[in-house]
Amino acid sequence: MAEKKIIDGRGSFCPGPLMELIGVLKMSQIGDELEVLSNDKGSAKDIPEWVRKVGHEFLGTREENGVWHISVKKTK
Amino acid sequence: MAVERICVVVVSGTRERLQMAAMAASVAAVSGIEVTIFLSMNAVPYFVKGASANPPSEGAFGDLIVTKKAPDFKTLFSQAVELGDAKILPCSMALDIAGIEADTLESYVGEPTGLSGFLDAARGAQVWTF
Repeated sequence: MAEKKIIDGRGSFCPGPLMELIGVLKMSQIGDELEVLSNDKGSAKDIPEWVRKVGHEFLGTREENGVWHISVKKTK
Repeated sequence: MAVERICVVVVSGTRERLQMAAMAASVAAVSGIEVTIFLSMNAVPYFVKGASANPPSEGAFGDLIVTKKAPDFKTLFSQAVELGDAKILPCSMALDIAGIEADTLESYVGEPTGLSGFLDAARGAQVWTF
């Protein structure tokens, strides 16, 4: 059964949140949804680009009180 | 489609250059690019096990990297290997001159490599030097 996981990358800078996401993705199952929390604007832009490049599904980004919530689904 | 390949040559011992090299290598490696990192000159001593990841800054930005707590360059290089299958090759000449034994290097650093080996690895690849 697919899981939803939160990755708290707040306080880190690019590419820290991306690398944390990739570490968790490697241990996840296809279909799992991962949400990265980051207060780094660069990561909010860079993570969706990486997700599209490598072929996972980008589910969306929203910003709340200076924290970006970047959602990704593992597809392979 | 041919695999994209990048060789990252790191000779600097300053924070900004080590950081930029580590950022470029790690993100490339986790993006499906075949990455080989060749460590030489002033970069090598930082990869001795337990060595401080605290190189001097070239300018104010290097100090900001520390105060803002950006991911440190050694962590990024290790992630390039662990998450992206990058290879990190220490320069055999640099090890000899600095008197560093290969078995004292961090576990994610590969076998000492000479220029012939490096040139083989770099053939047909983009080469970025820091």
